[in-house]
Amino acid sequence: MTSLAIVDHPKKAAAFVADIDRAHWHDQSLWYVRIKRDKQAASLPEWELLRETASQIKANVVANLADYLEQFANEATKLGAVVHWARDAAEHNAIVLNILQSRGAQKIVKSKSMLTEECHLNPYLERHGIEVIDTDLGERIVQLAKEPPSHIVLPCIHYKKEEIGELFHEHLGTDKGAKDPKYLAEAARQHLREKFCGADAGITGVNFAIAETGGFVVCTNEGNADLGVSLPKLHIACLGIEKLLPRAADLGVFLRLLARSATGQPITTYSSHFHGPLPGGELHIVLVDNGRTDIAANPDFRRSLNCIRCGACMNTCPIYRRSGGHSYEATVPGPIGSILAPARDSAKYATLPHACSLCGSCSDVCPVKIDIHQQLLTWRKEIAARKQLKWSKRLGMQLTGWVFQHPWLYSTLGKMARWTLPWMPRFMLYHGLNPWGKQRELPSAPPQSFRELYAQRQKQQANGGSVTPQPSPHSPPSVYSASSKVN
Amino acid sequence: MGLPDTNSAKNAILGAIRAINIPPAPLPPLQRSEWITYPDPAAQFAIVLASIGGTCETVADTAELNEKLRHLPAFTTARQIVNLVPHVNLPAEHLLKEQEIADPHHLVDVDLAIMPGEFAVAENGAVWCVTRHLRHRVLYFITQHLALVVPREQIVHNMHQAYERLAWGQAEFGLFLAGPSKTADIEQSLVIGAHGARSLTVFLV
Ligand code: SF4
Repeated sequence: MTSLAIVDHPKKAAAFVADIDRAHWHDQSLWYVRIKRDKQAASLPEWELLRETASQIKANVVANLADYLEQFANEATKLGAVVHWARDAAEHNAIVLNILQSRGAQKIVKSKSMLTEECHLNPYLERHGIEVIDTDLGERIVQLAKEPPSHIVLPCIHYKKEEIGELFHEHLGTDKGAKDPKYLAEAARQHLREKFCGADAGITGVNFAIAETGGFVVCTNEGNADLGVSLPKLHIACLGIEKLLPRAADLGVFLRLLARSATGQPITTYSSHFHGPLPGGELHIVLVDNGRTDIAANPDFRRSLNCIRCGACMNTCPIYRRSGGHSYEATVPGPIGSILAPARDSAKYATLPHACSLCGSCSDVCPVKIDIHQQLLTWRKEIAARKQLKWSKRLGMQLTGWVFQHPWLYSTLGKMARWTLPWMPRFMLYHGLNPWGKQRELPSAPPQSFRELYAQRQKQQANGGSVTPQPSPHSPPSVYSASSKVN
Repeated sequence: MGLPDTNSAKNAILGAIRAINIPPAPLPPLQRSEWITYPDPAAQFAIVLASIGGTCETVADTAELNEKLRHLPAFTTARQIVNLVPHVNLPAEHLLKEQEIADPHHLVDVDLAIMPGEFAVAENGAVWCVTRHLRHRVLYFITQHLALVVPREQIVHNMHQAYERLAWGQAEFGLFLAGPSKTADIEQSLVIGAHGARSLTVFLV
């Protein structure tokens, strides 16, 4: 589903950052999760070997994907499941609707699935008169608010408890002004139990599917997926084709990595292994491509299919933490989303690979070792080559490129800047044309350029003297210069 | 809109993938000396389980297990209890016979379920549970409180050892269950008892 609107990440992010307290709070909430992840990673001395092993398994999966898919489909069928294939979102939705309608299912409970988000399954089913209730608490909250999730693991991380209290008061009849998480979660428990008990069918996503056995694993902390598919007789599992693993034993690697990376837990509360339907029930598995083979075909971005949707790269990303998940306007936001979304439509999502400081933190935490920041850089080149950048950015880049090609011009401009910057009135420095000056002070200009310092040093060394660089009038804090690698 | 032809979709997807030339990548070995082990796996299991909101009780024999079960707060206040562990002897008044219940929805008022666990994992506090012995797998999730009884010698160090123990090939449901149901979706505050069990006690016998 493509829309014509171009995603303007900087603009959306600016709106989010405008509420400075909130942006700070959002940043801190995610950083807290990142710290928990670090503790868990440090609890296993073999962490790096685990990541490497996971990465190798995933590379093997992509290299043999067709075989594994066939094997999985055969084994799953042997266990009594019905396997369906969907090329795109439309086919996926039609298949799901058809199964539901042909069995007269009207009320559906769904557990968290980014794939069904990607396919916009909920609005589609609702248009056909089917009630779909998201049962993960965070997903239910954003569903009540009529919003998409802003994070793939923490769907309502952008919500404050007061706002959730307000939503629940309106929709679930909780006390006005109530904001105690325990009280609110209890109200949701009661409300959702009713939905679980009244459901005709349950829909789940899939965390891992196993070619060798034809089974699949769903991980939750709340137990919502399990309740949703253990009461009704009909279970539909929606599965992106990249979620395959060759052997059941590979799960040992991935279950060790997933929750530790996602929320800093040693494992999720429930890691359920489904092999075949409930006794007397029906299990349908929908295998969905929706652009994944296109990504597999591209050697630059192939490894983004390794993603196990743990969210660690979002929690660590300085841009994501300060701009909020909704600013990406993509099903998967954050660093990995900024690779996946342009693969779908590079013109529409051209700003996303630029929402990156190239700090590399995402690649450092990624449990399957995706070189996320490298791929983001590659996307930038690709988008520039396709001339999909905004004119202002394109002009800026061309100008900078031209300056860099003329060393005399660069050094002259630098000299001029060092002279004039300290005397410039603020309004000339901090305005709309200087995005670097938004929400931060520009560093003070050093009295000498590196080139000048270097020339001076060469000269003094030639004369046998030592060099003392002149301190800048506003020299940066000492930790800063201590960690600097420039001699 | 009619149902898309799933066979042509299958052929299209597999055909598109097969048309891509991807360099081979061998599978890594999964048995490695580097995987973590603990000097006292039972102690490690108890520590990790406590850290994720569960409780671990080590008991000497069935008599002590029965005694401890009778003193569980979840037991003393329960109106409906299901017990699926042989040798456990509890006063019959609140016991519900799961096998006699035809519709799983009727388990919605179970307060405490006492179930066997196959083995426990030291590194993450998980217990492997299967549904062979019960009629309705929903019991694991619908009960208000859950007690798992695991043989004391059945503890593995890590998840790799766990998967080495598991066999596949038939239609069956199994799960690693680690602690009570929980959520942190409201401002990252941990709330125990989201949809599933509000407490989990693991008895190592
Ligand atoms: S890219 Fe890596 S870190 Fe980011 S969600 Fe995927 S697996 Fe997790």
